[in-house]
Amino acid sequence: MIVDYVVWIILLPLISFTIQIFFGKRLPRQGDWLPTSVMFVDLLLALIVAGKVFSAYDPDFRIARSFEWVVLGTTTIKFGLLIDNLTAVMLFIVTLVSSLVHLFSIGYMHGDPRYSRYFAYLSLFSFSMLGLVSVDNFLGIYMFWELVGVSSFLLIGFWFEKHSASNAAKKAFLVNRVGDVGMFIGILLIFAITHTFNFDEVFGKIASGEFAGALLTAAGILIFCGAVGKSAQFPLHVWLPDAMEGPTPVSALIHAATMVAAGVYLVGRTFVLYTETALLIIAGIGTITAFIAATIAVVQMDIKKVLAYSTISQLGYMIAALGVGGYNAGLFHLMTHAFFKALLFLGAGSVIHAMHHEQDMRQMGGLRHKLPITFVTFLIATMAISGVPGLSGFFSKDAILAAALGKAMETGTLYHYLIFATLIFTAGLTAFYMFRALFLTFYGTPRNQEKYDHAHESPSTMTIPLIALALFTVIGGYGSWFEELIRKPSLAMFSTGAAQEAAHAAAEGAAHGAHTIAMVLSILFAFAGIFIAALYYYWNKYSAEAVSEKFAALYRFLWNKWYFDELYQATAVRGTLLLSRAMGWFDLKVIDGIVNGTARMTTLLSFGSGTTDNRVVDGLVNWVARIVGWFGATLREIQTGKVQAYILMALGAFILLYVIQLAMV
Amino acid sequence: MIPNILSFIVFLPVVGMFIVLLLPREKKTAIKVVSAVFTGLQIVLAWQIYVNFDTNTTSMQFVEQVKWIESFNIWYFVGIDGLSVSMVLLTALLSFIAIIASWNIDKAVKAYFALFLLLDAGMMGVFVALDFFLFYIFWEVMLLPMYFLIGIWGGPRREYAAIKFFLYTLLGSVLMLLALLVLYFNVKDPVTGGHTFNMLHMMDQANHTGILNQFNIRLLVYAALFIGFAIKVPIFPFHTWLPDAHVEAPTPISVILAGVLLKMGTYGMLRISFPILPDAMKWEPFLYGFVTLAVINIVYGSLCAMAQSDLKKLVAYSSIGHMGVVLLGMAGLTSLGMNGAVLQMFNHGIVSGMLFLLVGVIYDRAHHREIDGFGGLASQMPIYTGIASLAFFANLGLPGLNNFISEAFSFLGAFGSEAFNLKVFTIIGTLGIILTAGYMLWTLQRVFFGPLNPKYVNMPEVNTRELITLVPLGVLVIVLGVYPNLVLNLLEVSLNNLVQTVLNAPSVLLGMQ
Amino acid sequence: MMAVGLHHFLVLSALLFVLGLLAVITKKNAVTVLMGIELILNAANINFIAFSRYVDTDLDGQLFALFVIITAAAAAAVALAIVLNIYKQMRSVNLDEADTLAG
Repeated sequence: MIVDYVVWIILLPLISFTIQIFFGKRLPRQGDWLPTSVMFVDLLLALIVAGKVFSAYDPDFRIARSFEWVVLGTTTIKFGLLIDNLTAVMLFIVTLVSSLVHLFSIGYMHGDPRYSRYFAYLSLFSFSMLGLVSVDNFLGIYMFWELVGVSSFLLIGFWFEKHSASNAAKKAFLVNRVGDVGMFIGILLIFAITHTFNFDEVFGKIASGEFAGALLTAAGILIFCGAVGKSAQFPLHVWLPDAMEGPTPVSALIHAATMVAAGVYLVGRTFVLYTETALLIIAGIGTITAFIAATIAVVQMDIKKVLAYSTISQLGYMIAALGVGGYNAGLFHLMTHAFFKALLFLGAGSVIHAMHHEQDMRQMGGLRHKLPITFVTFLIATMAISGVPGLSGFFSKDAILAAALGKAMETGTLYHYLIFATLIFTAGLTAFYMFRALFLTFYGTPRNQEKYDHAHESPSTMTIPLIALALFTVIGGYGSWFEELIRKPSLAMFSTGAAQEAAHAAAEGAAHGAHTIAMVLSILFAFAGIFIAALYYYWNKYSAEAVSEKFAALYRFLWNKWYFDELYQATAVRGTLLLSRAMGWFDLKVIDGIVNGTARMTTLLSFGSGTTDNRVVDGLVNWVARIVGWFGATLREIQTGKVQAYILMALGAFILLYVIQLAMV
Repeated sequence: MIPNILSFIVFLPVVGMFIVLLLPREKKTAIKVVSAVFTGLQIVLAWQIYVNFDTNTTSMQFVEQVKWIESFNIWYFVGIDGLSVSMVLLTALLSFIAIIASWNIDKAVKAYFALFLLLDAGMMGVFVALDFFLFYIFWEVMLLPMYFLIGIWGGPRREYAAIKFFLYTLLGSVLMLLALLVLYFNVKDPVTGGHTFNMLHMMDQANHTGILNQFNIRLLVYAALFIGFAIKVPIFPFHTWLPDAHVEAPTPISVILAGVLLKMGTYGMLRISFPILPDAMKWEPFLYGFVTLAVINIVYGSLCAMAQSDLKKLVAYSSIGHMGVVLLGMAGLTSLGMNGAVLQMFNHGIVSGMLFLLVGVIYDRAHHREIDGFGGLASQMPIYTGIASLAFFANLGLPGLNNFISEAFSFLGAFGSEAFNLKVFTIIGTLGIILTAGYMLWTLQRVFFGPLNPKYVNMPEVNTRELITLVPLGVLVIVLGVYPNLVLNLLEVSLNNLVQTVLNAPSVLLGMQ
Repeated sequence: MMAVGLHHFLVLSALLFVLGLLAVITKKNAVTVLMGIELILNAANINFIAFSRYVDTDLDGQLFALFVIITAAAAAAVALAIVLNIYKQMRSVNLDEADTLAG
C-alpha cells in the first residue's frame, strides 16, 4: 500500500520528465504546468505516506519491498524500496521544496529560451532524489546518487553559453565523481564481504559480527567519501560555490535543500556501518568544513556565494553531528536547514530577479522598502540560521551543539572538546555573516540608485513559495515527533530476535545533560555575532574596509577561499592533464614508435636483402646469361643466312669427319 | 524455426555480395538497397535466434556439423551458446546500422558494399564457428575486406593505417595458427582417435595428449593465443593500430571496428584460450600479468583519451579503456564478473558504435574532427546534442544507462573474486571511472557548450537517415541500462558454466612442470 | 670390248654428284641451284639402279629410284613455288640477297 504510493511518487516525475523532454516545447505554456502540478501531486502523496507512516508512531517502523533484479549463478541482486520514518520525512522535504521551487521557477525563468528544458531537468532531478531516499540497497543508492549528480550537472550548466557555467557544471560532476569512486570502492568492499547490497542484510552481517574490524572501518570511510563529495565536505567542497552558476531556484532546490543533503542522508541511512574510528573522522571532517566555509562566507560579496558557503558550513554541522553520534540532531538540522536555506536562496533569487540579475551585494542596499515580502521572509530565515531562539534553526542547531558537547563530556577527549568549541564559534560566525548579508542587501542606502529604482517585488508565483517556506521555517522546530521517530539505529535492530529490545535502550541520553550549557552558549554566540554584524553594517560604527586592510593577509586568504581552487588546479587538475599529455606522447612516440620502428626495421632489412638479391644472387644468374650471350654473339657470325654457305660448311664438316675417321682407322 | 539458421545468417551476406557484384556499377541506389535488405534479413534471422534460444542449457544450440576436408578431419561445425549468441545479435544489429550509415559513400559504391557484406559474413562466421580451422578461416576472411575498406575509403593516411592494421592482425593470426597446429596434433578425437580441430573436443582436457601434457608447452600455446587475441582487443602495448585505423576508417567501418572486431579478441579468449587451457590461464604469473594489463588498459587508455584533440582518436582510446574493464571482469573468474564482462562487450559495442556515428555526423558537416574546433553546438543542434549527451553519459558509466551495469558487475566480480586477490587492481581500475568522466565531460563542454562557434551557425541538425542509425542504439542504451536481463538471460547459464569449468579444471598439470 | 660394269656407273654418278654440288654451292641463281639439286638426286638414282643391277638383283633399288624421282618432282614444285615467292618478295632470285635468316 504505502509502497505503491512511494512507487508513484518516484515514477511521476520520471513520466513528466519524459513527456517534457520530448514534447515540452509543443505543449501550451511550454509545459511548465505539467512538472509543477506533478510535483504538487507528489507532495500530496508524500503527505499521505507521511501520514500513514507516522500514524503508526513507531521509531522502528519499516516497510520494505524488493524484487529480484538480476540473478547470476549464486548471486542475486535485489532492488527495492525501504520506507521508514526517515524516508517519509525525506520524501516530504524533497517534494515540498521541489514543488515550491517549481512554482517559483515559473516566474523566475520566464522567457528563458530553454524554458521547457529547464522543467524537464527539474523533473529528472526530483525523480532521482526521490529514488535516492527510498531505495533499500547500496547499489541502488549509488545509481540514484549518480543520477542526481547528472541532473545537477545539467542544471548548473543550464546556461551553457557562459563558459563559467559549463566549467562549474563539469567541476561539480568531476569533484563528485572523486567522492563517488570512493563510495563505489566501499560498495565493492561491502559486496565482496557480505555478498549483498541490501542495507538490512549488510547491517545484519555487521550485527552478527561477520563484517567487522578494519575492513568495516574502511568500508565506512569509503562510503562516507560519497557523502564528502555530494555534501560538499572538506576537501571536496570546492564545487558547491561554483555551482551557483546555475539558476537560483536550482541552487535553492539542489545545492541547498535536497541534493547536497543526500550525503547527510547517506550517513544517516547507513549509520550502523560506521565504527568509532570512522565516526571520529566523520566528525572531524564535518567540523573542519563548518569552520572553513564559515570563515570564507564572512568576506564574500556575492549574495549567492555567501549562501553557498553558508550551506557548506551547515552541511558540515550536520555531518559533525552524525560524527559525534547526534543522529537525530544531524537529520533534524537537515530538515530545518532545507526549509530555511531554500527560503534564503529563493529570497536571494527574488532579489536577484528584482535587480535584473545583479548578485553583488555592493550594488544593493535598502531593498526592504522595495521588496517587503522578500525582506520579511529573508529576515525570518536569517534569524533561523543564526540560531535566534524560537525558530526551527535554533532547535536543530542547539541539538547538534548539545550532542557535540555531550559526546565531549562522555569521552572527555580534547578532540571532541575541540569539535564542540569550533562548532560553537562557527555558530557565532554564522550569525555574523548572515546578518552582514541581510544588512548589506536590505538596509542602508541604495548603493546603485538606478538598479534600485527599477527594482520591484516579484510576482505571486515567487512570493507564495517564500511565504510557505517561511511558515515551515517558523514552525519546523516544534514538537517532539522528530526526536521520537527518527531514532539512532543500533546494530541490535538488525540482529534477529532477542537482541531487539536492547535497541531501544541506546538513545541519545548523553546529550541531555549537556543541553542547557549548549543552549546558553549557542544563544550567546548567536547574539554576539548579530551584534557585531550590526555594529559594522547596520549602525556603521566601524568600517569593515578598515578591518580588512588591517588584516590584509588574512583577508586575502579568506577572499581567495583558502586557495583551495588554486591548490587543486595546480596539483590534481594540472597533474592529471600533464600525465595524460605525457601518456599521449608516450603512446604516440614510444609505443607507436616501437611499432613503426619495427616496421622501419623490417623495411630496412628487406631493402638490404633486396640489394643482396639484386647484386649477388641475381648477379650470378646474369653472369651465366652473359657468358651464354657472348658465345651466342660470337657464333652468330657463322649464321650468314645463305643456304649455300651452310651447304659448304656441311660439306666441309663432312670432309673433316671423313678425314678424322680415316685418321682414326 | 528455420533449419540451418546459422548457415543462413553467415552466408546470407555472401549471397548479397554476389547480387551486388552482378548489379551494374552505376545502380548505386540498387546496390545500397540490396545490401540493406540482406543485412536487414540478417537481423530477422538474429531475432529468430534470439526468440528460439534456449537460455537454460549449457550445450551448443542450432548446431550444424558436416564433414568438410576429410583427410584433415576438418568439419563445417557451427553452433552457438550464450556467449556467442550475444555477439551474433550485436553483429547483425551493427552491420545493418553500418550499412545505413554507409548511404553517403560515393566512391566505388559497388566494391564497398560487396566488401562490406563479405566482412559481415566473416564476422558472423567467427562467432558461430566451433571448428578451430573454420574459426581461423573466418578470422582471415574478415581481415581482407577490412584492409580494403580502410585502405580505399579511408582518410588521408589510409594506406598507412590499413597496412598497419593488416600486418598487426596478421601477426596475431600467425601466432594463433601456431597454437592451432599444436592443438590439432595433440588433441585426439575421442571417436576416431585421430587429430581434431573440434573446439569442444579441445575443451575436454581428457583429450589432450602428447606435448600438450607438458605444462611449459601449454603455457607457450596459451601465450601465443593470448597475443593473437590481445592484438584484436587491443591490449596494451599492442593497441596502437587501433587509433590509426579508427581515425582513417570511414565512419561505418569505425562502427564495425569498435563494435564488433574488438570483441573478437575477448570472444576468442573466452571461447578458446580459457576453456582449452584453463590451467595456463589460472597460472598466477599469467593471471596477474593479465590483470595488470587490464588495469593498464583502463588507466592508460583513459589518460591517452584525455590527451587527444581528435574526436575519433578520443573515442578509440576510450575503447581501449573500456575493453580493459572487460578484461578485468573476465579475470576474476566469478559469475558476476564474467557476465559483467560479456555484457560490457555488448554494451561497449552499442555505445562506441553510437559515439563513432555521432562523430561521423559532425565530420560530414564540418569536415574536421578537432575537439577545440567546435563549441556551442548545443544551441545550434539540440537534438544532436541530446543524443550525444546520452552516448557520452552512457560511456562514462551513468547509472540507468547500459555501461554502468556491466562496468559495475565487472568491477564487483573482480573485486570479489575468491580465486584470486584482485582487490588492489580493481581499486586502481576504478580510477578509470573518474578519468572517463573527466575526458567525456571536458569533450562535451568543448564541443557543445560555450558560445556557438560563428563558423557553424548554419550547421544543419541531424537528418532522418542519421537518426535511423542513432535512435535504435540510443533506445538500447536506455533499455539495457534499466533491464540488463534482456542480455544477461542469454549469457548467464553458459558463462556460469564457463566459469565453473575453468575454476574446476584440474590443476594437476601444474604439478607436472 | 670392255664390259660396262658397276664402276662405270659409280664414276658417272660421282661426276654428276660433284657437278650438282658445284652448281648448288657456286651458282647465284636459285633456279640453277635447283637444277644442281636435281643433278644430285639423279646421281643418287644412278647409284640405286646400278646397285640394284649388279649387287642385289631384286627390284628394290629401282623402286627407290622411282620414289626419288616422284619426291624430287614434288620437291622441285615446292622449291619453285618458294623461289617464285622469293622473287615476288625481292624482285630477284639471287640467293645472296635471301639472307634474312642471318644471325
